[in-house]
Formats: sequence, structure tokens, C-alpha cells
Amino acid sequence: MPCPTVPGFLLATGGSIMSLEAVDLVVIVLYFVAVIGIGLYLKSHTKTGEDFFMAGREMTAWIAGLSFLAANLGSLELMGWAGAAYQYGILATHWYWVGAIPAMLFLGLVMMPFYYICKTHSVPGYLQLRYGEGSRMLAAISFGFMTVLMSGINMFAMAKVMQVVLGWDLNFSIWISSLTVGAYVVLGGLLSAIFNEVLQFVLIWLGAMLVPIVGLIETGGWSGMVARIHSNPVVQQHIQGQDFTHLWSTMGSFSGNPMGIHWTGIVFGLGWVISFGYWTTDFLVVQRVMSAKDLRSAKMAPIIGAAFKMFVPFIVILPGLLGLAVLPQLLVPENQRAAGLFTYNDVLPLMLARYLGPGLLGLGVTALIAGFMSGMAGNITAFSTVWTYDIYKAFRKVEMSDDHLVKVGRWATIVGILISIGAAYLAMQFQSIMDYVQALFSFFIAPLFGTVIFGMMWKRATPAAGFWGLLTGTASSVAMYVWVKIDPSALHYIALSSNAKDMAENMYRALWSWCICAIVTIVVSYCTKPKPQSELVGLVYGIGEIPHETALPLWKRPIFWAAIVIVVFFVLNLMVW
Amino acid sequence: MIHGRNMISIWFFIGVLVLVYGIIIFGWGCFSGGHSATGRPITLSGLRTDLWMGGFMTIAGAFYTWKFAPKGKEK
Repeated sequence: MPCPTVPGFLLATGGSIMSLEAVDLVVIVLYFVAVIGIGLYLKSHTKTGEDFFMAGREMTAWIAGLSFLAANLGSLELMGWAGAAYQYGILATHWYWVGAIPAMLFLGLVMMPFYYICKTHSVPGYLQLRYGEGSRMLAAISFGFMTVLMSGINMFAMAKVMQVVLGWDLNFSIWISSLTVGAYVVLGGLLSAIFNEVLQFVLIWLGAMLVPIVGLIETGGWSGMVARIHSNPVVQQHIQGQDFTHLWSTMGSFSGNPMGIHWTGIVFGLGWVISFGYWTTDFLVVQRVMSAKDLRSAKMAPIIGAAFKMFVPFIVILPGLLGLAVLPQLLVPENQRAAGLFTYNDVLPLMLARYLGPGLLGLGVTALIAGFMSGMAGNITAFSTVWTYDIYKAFRKVEMSDDHLVKVGRWATIVGILISIGAAYLAMQFQSIMDYVQALFSFFIAPLFGTVIFGMMWKRATPAAGFWGLLTGTASSVAMYVWVKIDPSALHYIALSSNAKDMAENMYRALWSWCICAIVTIVVSYCTKPKPQSELVGLVYGIGEIPHETALPLWKRPIFWAAIVIVVFFVLNLMVW
Repeated sequence: MIHGRNMISIWFFIGVLVLVYGIIIFGWGCFSGGHSATGRPITLSGLRTDLWMGGFMTIAGAFYTWKFAPKGKEK
């Protein structure tokens, strides 16, 4: 039930999971004051286009790395993956480990030098330098369109969560969060977004870390938690005797684990195509690293991000598993939500409400709001940059002053926010649109990774091959999705098993679309004329000098820290094998 | 600190906010005894996580505020 101490304008009709007290609201309001204050302060430091779109390219490795990670922690990341842990068990951790760490290290060590040296403003900008205008336009328009749409869909999802969890009104949540993000991004551009993302990262950890700590005390540690999951009578129907607490040992067959996926799907679909696609070519995250002050910082930033990413399951996955062990009621899928029933996505708020007292609960809710806002700011700043440099400036084909570009960027931010709000209301009318748009976004990532990686690693890849590889890869991904929608038996061909769940289907569809992009890129490259090598200096591996850190002491070299991260990565996987 | 620019460090802003949060949470924990005014049950409330967490945040926030406080006049 909504708490009587919460102002009436916040309240929607219906019940809520949490009841906030005055001290919780003070904590939340202070957070909004802080992010707007930071935006106002940074306005005077945001004078040039480089300041607004690239944060002056002056970020230290730590700030760029934490911002790189925080931009990804947004939208429904925290609650969605806690819910996935309740639904699929510890398998959800794959999205944080094999589905992130190798790709983040690859970005830092191999790809970042090319992005950084060519001084481009965006990933579509790199495609323009490497392949030409056709590939850039295709990538920019798709990315810009999908980014604001996703931002709006996630905004609606966030407002829905606030309604269910706190009893807040949908319209209030949508407008207050989007106007706050809009204000600090318009004021300080990427500089302001990055500052706030680092703040949000700290608050997310402070707000969420008590749940796993107190939860493990309640269950008597990891082994106690595992024992309680298997003895909790409430969840036996849900887990159906399957192993929810081992990461790899259940993946020898499609039917042996809760996700219905084979290890090949996780390693090649998630670990290779989706993970590398997202972490190395999605401009939302790559933009943060491009803002680093020098090449060494740009290489270190993803490595620092990877080190922290490995431990995010502690505050996201563990609460989901603890929910299986201690919650007295069974949670249900989202489509079965009804009065008196809670869904998988509610597991994190339920655990926050279970363990956190007054004040700390406000901090926990602030962590959720901070997560949503950092993700939204990531989308909006990326949209603003791609629109200004890769669509507006590229289309106009005339010299433009720095002041003019900043003005266009600020207007693009405002328009992007308004389109996002419109998309949020569209999603409110047609809730099934959420599933389709999220799938559409995934269509683009896998082929884009194929186009970028062939461009960086293979000098023979031609401009025509870049364009047609990207186009056919995306089109084939859409076609596979539609095929399964029309004929569900096609799942057996796409995901190699009729037991495959949605996530497993996404893995294999991404893998096939990447393969199609790769094949088309190779075939078209051999049929068309490549660019002269003189035009590929600094863009392709093996052409031109890439600076190395061999003069630095070992402990200052990115490769040294990447090696430590990968060792810890293997140890963590072995611990819960 | 942002490289090569006379700007207040982000760690200062974070320190101030965490310090204020720490004082509020610790202070409210002392005042309320760790109980919810609305009667909401809190599992393991005897651990007094509000005092521990509030105290930790106060100390950490104070340290960051002091360590990254603006030095001298901005250009």
C-alpha cells in the first residue's frame, strides 16, 4: 500500500511494493538537486564542440572507465538482470562475464587505438573514414532512430516500475526523470553526462550492496543459500529440479539448464557476436572511452570498466538468487502480473524492502533511479553526437562553426528527449511494441560488429563490401525474427533446439546474421576495388604505426592490467563452474 | 580531476553528497532506532545496517570532500 507520508501527486492508483518515509524522500530529492547542480556548474566549462560532444577529450582513465560502465548500467539493467537471475539462476551471470569481459578487454587493447588515433567523433564516423558515406549514413540513421526509441521505451518501463514499486504516477515519473536528464545534458553535454554517470555509479553500489551482504548473513553464506534454494518449498515448481547455481556444468545439453541453451550459444552467440558487437561498436558506450585524455587512458578505461563489471553480479545476480532462497512467495513472469502477485522483475525491489530500513531504502531507490538516468543520458548524448556530426553535418556538406555545432547538439538533445517522451507514451498504448523494438535494436548490433571488425582487421575490405555486408546482415536478422514469429517451428533451425527460450534465440540469430555479414563482406570485397593503402593509415591493422607503451614500466601498461583482469575472470568462472 | 583544466573534481561532488547522505542515514538511525515508522517489517534489523552504513558513508564522504576540495581560486 502507498505510504501516507508520500505527497499525493506522486501516487498512482493501485498498491506498491515499498512504502517510503519522509527521510527516504529527502535522500531522493537531494540526488536530483545534486545532478542538476553539477549540470549548472559544468555549463561554464562547456564552450566548444569538443567539450559538448567529446567532454573535451580530457577524461582520465578512471572517469572514462566508470562512465563507460555506468552508461551500460542504465535502463532496466539492475532490475531486469536480478529478475533474470530469479528466472534462469546463475546463468544470467554469463552476460556479465563471458558476455562482457573479453569484449571490453579487446576494445581496450585492440580496437581503441584505431578509434582514438583517427580522432573521429563517433562509430559511424569511423565507418565514413574506412568505407565511405553509404556505410556511415546507414549506421547513423539506424543508430539515431533506434537510440531515441529505445530511450523512450526504457523510460516507459522505468515509469512502470516506479508505479509498481513505489506507487508513483506514470506521467510524473516520465516527465521528472526526462526533464532532469535533459537539463543536465543540455547544460554540460557529454562532460555533464560523464560526471553524473560516475556519481550514479557510486550511488548504485552504495544503494544496492547491502542486499547481498545482509542476504548472505541471513542464509548463512553461499552454501547456506544454495541449500535454502533447494529446500524452499515455494520455488520447487519453478526450478523443477534443475541446477540454478552452476554456471557451465549444466550447459552440455539444451535441456539440462533453465535457459534451454547449449554452451556453443553462450560462447559464440553471446561471448563473440553479441558481446563484441555491443561493447566494441555501440556508440552509447564507446563514446565514453573516446573522451579519454590520451591513448593510454583510452586503452585503460575499458580495462578498468571490465574490472568493475566482473563484480556487478554481486549486486545484481546475487539478490535474484537470494530471492529464490528467502522470499515467501513465488514470483511469476511479467505477462502473469496480477493483484497480489509479484513478477521476476520485482525481485530486487522486494529484497531492498526486505532488508533496508528508513533512509537506506531511499538510497536503494536512488540507486534504481540513478541507473535509469545514467542509461538515458547515455542514449541522449550518443544520439545528439551522431545526429550533429553524422547526419546533419554530413548532409549539409558545408563548413560549420563550433558554436553552430554546439547549438545543433543542444537542440538535438532537446528533440531527442521529446521524441523519447513520445515513444514512452506510444509504448504505453501498445505495450507489445517494447518486445519488437528491443529485438530491432539487437538486429543492428551483430552485423555492425562484422562491418567494423572486418574494416579494422582486413585491408582488402572495400567500401561496397562494408555497405552491403551491413545491409544484408541486418536484413537477414530481421528476416529470421519474422520467420520464427510466423512459423514457431523455425526455432528449431534458428536456435538449433525447439526448447530454446527467447534469450537463446537471440544468441543464435545474432551469430547467423554476423556470419551472413561476414560472408557478404568477403565475397563483395573480392569482386570490387579496395581503397588505396594511403587512405587507410591509422584505420586498419598493419597500415601505419600504432603507438605502444613499451617504454613504460610494466605496471603502467594496459596489457599488464588486462592480464590480471582475465586471470580473475577465469578464477571467478571456475569458482561457480 | 579533469586533465589539464582548472575544474572542481567529480570526486569532490561525490564526497559532499555521500557525506550528507551518511549524516542523514546515521542520524535517522539513531533517532528511529532502526524501526520503520509505517510498521514495515525489516529482516535482521538488529544488525543496525543504518548505523554501520551511515557511519561508513560519513567517514568516506568526509575524506573525499577534504581530499578533493577546490584549492584556490578557479581560473
